[in-house]
Order: sequence, then C-alpha cells, then structure tokens
Amino acid sequence: MGKYALRYAVLGYLALLLVAPVAMVGYRTFQHGVSPVWDALSSHDAVQALKLSLLITVIAVPINVVFGISTGWLLARRRMPLPWLVNALINLPFAMSPVVVGLAVFVLYSRTGWIGTYLFSHGIPVLFTWKAMTIATIFVSLPFVVREVVPVLEELGSEQEQAAAVLGASTLQSFFRVTLPAIRWAVVYGTILTVARSLGEYGAVNIVSSNIVGQSLTLPLYVNNRINQLDPTAAYSAGLLLAVISLLILVGMTAFSSRRHVEADK
Amino acid sequence: MADTALARVPGRPRRWSLPRPVVAGVGPGLSVLYLSLLVGLPVAAVISQSAHHTFWSSVTQPHTRSVLEFTVLVALGAAVIDAVTGVALAWVLVRDDFPGKRIVNALIDLPFALPTIVAGLVLLSLYGPSSPVGVNVAGTRIAVLFALLFVTLPFVTRAVQPVLLTLERDVEDAAACLGARPWTIFRRIILPAILPATLTGASLAFARALGEFGSVVLISGNLPHTEIASQVIFQDVENGVPQSAAAIGVVLLGMALVIFLLLAFLTRRNAARHG
Repeated sequence: MGKYALRYAVLGYLALLLVAPVAMVGYRTFQHGVSPVWDALSSHDAVQALKLSLLITVIAVPINVVFGISTGWLLARRRMPLPWLVNALINLPFAMSPVVVGLAVFVLYSRTGWIGTYLFSHGIPVLFTWKAMTIATIFVSLPFVVREVVPVLEELGSEQEQAAAVLGASTLQSFFRVTLPAIRWAVVYGTILTVARSLGEYGAVNIVSSNIVGQSLTLPLYVNNRINQLDPTAAYSAGLLLAVISLLILVGMTAFSSRRHVEADK
Repeated sequence: MADTALARVPGRPRRWSLPRPVVAGVGPGLSVLYLSLLVGLPVAAVISQSAHHTFWSSVTQPHTRSVLEFTVLVALGAAVIDAVTGVALAWVLVRDDFPGKRIVNALIDLPFALPTIVAGLVLLSLYGPSSPVGVNVAGTRIAVLFALLFVTLPFVTRAVQPVLLTLERDVEDAAACLGARPWTIFRRIILPAILPATLTGASLAFARALGEFGSVVLISGNLPHTEIASQVIFQDVENGVPQSAAAIGVVLLGMALVIFLLLAFLTRRNAARHG
C-alpha cells in the first residue's frame, strides 16, 4: 500500500501548496459577484496598468526573439567568438535575482550612472520611465529564446543548410527557407516563455519604476499596490487576470513542449 | 546546461563554406555588442558601485548579516524539501498511474508560468490574515519558506523525471528476484541513478530561492525578522543608499556564480563518466 500512500501524499502536497491557493484567488475575486470585478478591471488605473504591461511586452518580446534566433544560430554554428563568454552573459539573467537586475539598470541609468549622466545632461530621462522598465524586462527575459533554439539547431546539424548553399541559396534564403521552418516550434515555445516573463515581471521593473498609480504601474505592480492600499477586490481581480493569462500560457507550453524537438528528429 | 549542449560534436566540419563577411564579422559583433550593453554594462555598474570603502561595513552590519544568514538558511531549507518532494513527485508521475495524471503533470509548471506577485497573492489568500481555513502564517518565517517552496516546485521534478523515464526496469526486477526489499532497491539502484539530477534541480531551486522577491513581499509582511536579501536591496534603493544595495547584490551575484560554476563542473564530470 506504499504506492497509494506516496501517491496521495504527493497529491496532497500539490493540493495544499498549489491548487487550493490558486482556487482560493478565484473564489476571493468573485466573492461578491462579477460586477465589482468588472468595475475593478475597467477602472482607469487598472486599464493603464494593463496597457503599460502590454506596451513593455510588445517591445521586449520581438527584440528578444530576433536576438535569440540570430545569436542562437551564431552559437550553434560556431560563428561566435568567445562562445563561453557569450554563453555566460546569456545565462546571467537567469542566475541573477530580479531585484539585482533592477538595481543594475537603476545604477547604470541613474543621474550619476555611466549612461545616466549623459542622458540626464541631454534631457532624456530613462530611469523611472517606461523605457527603463522595458530595458529591465528585456534583461530578465533575454535567455528564453536562445536557450530553446540552440539545442534544436545543434540536433538539426548544418547538412540541410549546406545543401541549400550548394544549390545556390543565399545565406538569408537558406535561413528563412531551411533553418527557420525547422526550429519554428522551439521559437514559438521560447516566445511563449518570454511573453509570460515580460507580462509577469515584478522585482526588476519595481526598482526602476516611479510607482505612480494610474501612470507607471504594470499589472503586477498594480496588484501589489492595491494590496498595500487595502483594496483587495482590485488586487484579486488584476491577480486573477494575470493568473488566467498564465494558465493560457501553461496550456500553450504543454501543447508545444512535445513538438519542439520532434521537428529536429525528422 | 547550455554549455554542455554546446560541446563540440566530433566529426562535424567546423565550417561548411566561406562565410560571407556580413555573417562572419558584423553578426557576431552586433550580438556581442548588444549583450555587453544590455547585460554586461549594468552588471559592471553594480559591481563598480559596490566597490566602495563601505562594502565591508554594509555587508557585515548586524541587520544585513542576519538577513543574509536567514536568506541562505531558508533557501537551503526550500532546496532540501524540494529535493524530497521533487523526487516523490517525479516518481509518482513516472511510475504511478491514476486518472488526471496528465493534468497534474502540466500543473507542475504553473509556478513557472504564474507571475511571482500572483504567487504571493495566491498564498496570501489562503494562508494570510483572512484565511478561510484559519491558518495565518503571514509575517512569519514559515510564510517565506512557503513562498519559496511554491516558486521552486518544478525544478527537482523536471530534472529527475527524464532520468526516471530512461531507467532500466530490468535491474530493479533482478534485485527484487534476489530478495531486495523496495527500500533497498530504491536506495541502492534508483537513488544513485537520480542523485545527479536531484542535486542539479535542488541547486537551481536554491539559486532561485536566494534571489526571490515577488512571491515573498506580500506574505512576509515586511518585518525585520522575515526579510530576505532582495527585500533589503529594494529598501536600500528606496532609501537612497544604492552603494549598500549594490554590496548585497554583489554578494548574491557571487553566491549564484559559485552555484552555477559547481553545476557546470558536476555536469561535465557526469558527462565524462557516462561518456
């Protein structure tokens, strides 16, 4: 009966740590019906927070996808000088606390920082604006696409690219018609992870945001702000919205995670 | 990890054609420049900011020291609990069968998909001051441990699962035929096989827990005895002492660096042993 004991112990642990708390947020949000939730989500401050989160995501994700694919290709095809250093820099955002990432951006772009000095003297504010928040978000979500793309490119090998080159394809042609189709699911998977992180980042953007309600809060910052202002309905509504987005992302992850390597096996 | 995935495959030609100048020079150049500006420069700025004559005094100041001690301790606690629960979870997901197993398997990744602040909110709603089950741990050190366990849940399971899947059942059957008890089989056959993966997963969980912030802020209640390092960094920035924040940040960076170097070493040694 050890088998059943282990099964129910494990499921119980998951229920207590994961499922029950997440379900509780759903319950808390709709405790007083749907209309307070709708009011909370359509308030000016919540809409602004959602818009800012989307703006940052819309900028950060394409940049990281383009960087991830190109750098991943250069790494996998051994065209990169000092690959160990490049790898270390790529993995650094995962090894760092998000707060330290925020601090790093803060220090660099502050009035006395290496870049900040120049920017402030030319009247281009970056720190405490959406620009710094975007830079911090690009930083924390940088590794996702590269790390998905490199192993698939390695598995794939360069034979098909060689064949394309022999048949007279230009580098760009062979990239768009041979390489990219083969790694597309890895790219999709990495992109999903990048979107999730960009929408949900909290620590890194918190430090470089001016934290003004209705102006410079992202959705996660708004959740924290509403809890501190004792406005649980707004906090739970925004939190549930983020949770629903991440559940959708989870479904996407599950759907694509098995497909991303199959492509290379063909 | 990434660098082992990049190990040279023998027999594959290093270059297959004369690279065009654009690809050969400008591409890598741009890539390296971008990485240095986006990642290298800010990190260098923090290190330079911390290289202040106050570095030592800000790190060894009694409150900071106790915070750092608690951070390491609670992260270590989370990693150890994760190692046990993670192996059990992986075992149940690979060897056991029950209705809804695929959903449970997908749910494991939820903490990776959920924004950290929502993880905090989620725990606060069930284990906070207005808990419907009467368990209020908000503002205690247990709450910090809970939050860390929540966000680090997938690491060990996801590391051990693939190893368990490839394990040969014959060896276990043979051991059972020779009279080995289930516990002996686990200890002598399965555990040695999954130990490297367990250690990898637990180290990743430890590294993540050391720097965790979002999931902890709501439920730890911002009290001196529940603070972890990232919260002190945050407050130091808010209070206008970035030098002190940078000093603690560099300590965190250093610890993460040691963990990842150890992991790279372990992976390499393991790969060498198994060919």
